[in-house]
Amino acid sequence: MTDSSTRTEARTTRLGWAALVTGIVSVVVAAAVGATVGAAGLDVSGVARAMVDALPGVSLDAGLSEVETSILFEIRLPRVVLGAMVGAVLAVAGASYQGVFRNALADPYLLGVAAGAGLGATVAIAVTESPALLAPFAFVGGMAAVGITYALGRSVGGRSATSLILAGVAVAAFATAIQAYLLQRESDTLREVYVWILGRLVTAGWREVWQLLPYALVATAVMFGSRRLLDVLSIGDDEAGALGVDVGRVRAVVVIAATLATAAAVSVSGLIGFVGIIVPHTIRLLFGWSYRSIVPLSMLFGAAFLMMADVAARTLVSPAELPIGVVTAFFGAPFFLLVLRTMRGPT
Amino acid sequence: MITWEGVEVSYDGRRVLGPIDVAVANGEWLGLIGPNGAGKTTLIKTAVGVVSHLGEVSLDGRRRRPGLDIAWMPQRPHLPDEMGVADYVMLGRTPHLGYLAAETKHDVDTVYLALEKLDLLGFARRPLDTLSGGEAQRAVLARALAQEAPILLLDEPTASLDVGHAVEVLEVVDQLRKEEGLTVVSAAHDLTLAAQYAGRLLLISGGLVVADGKPAEVLTESNLRAHYGAGIRVIEDSEVPIVVPMRHSGR
Repeated sequence: MTDSSTRTEARTTRLGWAALVTGIVSVVVAAAVGATVGAAGLDVSGVARAMVDALPGVSLDAGLSEVETSILFEIRLPRVVLGAMVGAVLAVAGASYQGVFRNALADPYLLGVAAGAGLGATVAIAVTESPALLAPFAFVGGMAAVGITYALGRSVGGRSATSLILAGVAVAAFATAIQAYLLQRESDTLREVYVWILGRLVTAGWREVWQLLPYALVATAVMFGSRRLLDVLSIGDDEAGALGVDVGRVRAVVVIAATLATAAAVSVSGLIGFVGIIVPHTIRLLFGWSYRSIVPLSMLFGAAFLMMADVAARTLVSPAELPIGVVTAFFGAPFFLLVLRTMRGPT
Repeated sequence: MITWEGVEVSYDGRRVLGPIDVAVANGEWLGLIGPNGAGKTTLIKTAVGVVSHLGEVSLDGRRRRPGLDIAWMPQRPHLPDEMGVADYVMLGRTPHLGYLAAETKHDVDTVYLALEKLDLLGFARRPLDTLSGGEAQRAVLARALAQEAPILLLDEPTASLDVGHAVEVLEVVDQLRKEEGLTVVSAAHDLTLAAQYAGRLLLISGGLVVADGKPAEVLTESNLRAHYGAGIRVIEDSEVPIVVPMRHSGR
């Protein structure tokens, strides 16, 4: 028998080194820009030295003042790290949803996460008048909305992906209606809710990062582990089932992981749109169809994309700030169209 | 041996198949014939496990394991446009891989052999949407072979193939049946071709088995006229019957 190293014909598509290295470099560059650019400009070498100095057992003169060090570690870095995590989570959750529903437009927002979280945030601000409850309420609202969507979808259409997405539309409309009613009654809270809806990466030290971290780790690990099965699902439920895949279980596991992570991200950052659609699609156009590539690359490029979007949000109208959700939509949509045009080419 | 015992399928309370009691011996090739809507595809799907049914489909007296025991070539397979042929055939290894597992050298070797058997090595990197109908059909069969399941269920495997390619594909299946002892169940509309390859034919009409036996016993003019309703002539002077459709009135 010939050695399989000569049987290159039968090799499957894998994540290319070039793509992986590009992704890692993008994350590093975006993090460096994110850490140095802002109202108080910090120079790159100082930031790099300060970070090395912070490592246990290393002592180095960073050349940064005490205030600068404090800005770096208490304001800039938590925000950069939070941006990277939110971006990675939203992008990989979008990719996973597109995989399990075989729908190019699917993202967690479609199943009601955004509307449910929005309602939760509104209840926290308008009814309980306690902003500290915003994040937990948004989280519970998002999860509850997807739970109801899932139950409704199953009750009308069994395992069909279409009935699930339609149920999501209905649940989102219902949650939005209640939210509008509450805002109407408590119109003085309108602004606060509105700011949250547009998305923002405002941090109080590292608290938000620690809040999001466990969800982000578990959920991305689950989605990463399911990437090969997402490729199998692309041949349809029946054929995947005939290959021994428990389609309903895979779909439930991936949807729960993606929703959990999205709800956690939304609860700390507000609604940041487009990331879950733009990032996976751009990767698909540039690096191919396989979820073995799309899932890990979505994490990397999603992180880089949101860190850069945050830099834009902080600097474009400085000293004021733009909501980051506005930035992702404003730059993301045209960028996506550009990629689409380039790739389709003059065929 | 694969056995259907008291298998029945109903949609909205209306029975579309069964009760069916059929046993297919190991290494046998059973051809399913019958008019459109007779229940051939549904019968195959009960064995695959993708339609809910009453009764039992078992394998040598035990429950069948999806993917490992049965390989299915659907009538209208879903072919993801951009997926490469080798990647597609590798999907056939799914039943052998755990949730988190990656393919091994053995999986790559199996895919290579399946590609080789179906003359697809030159197409391994080609996206599925660039294949002709016949090439795509062979890719789907290669995926089924890569499963290394002892039972092969083919739902109209030659539907989109010209005569030459149809014979080629059926020859590959027959060779595997002989060499590796595969059990084959195939649904077909081309009765002459079915008679040439299947050692036994099952004529299904209105969801029920109406004839079961050697091709010469099943493919009689009276059987075919009764269940296909068309003018059909059967030429019986060769080794297997040759079925010729006839128009109702003369030119």
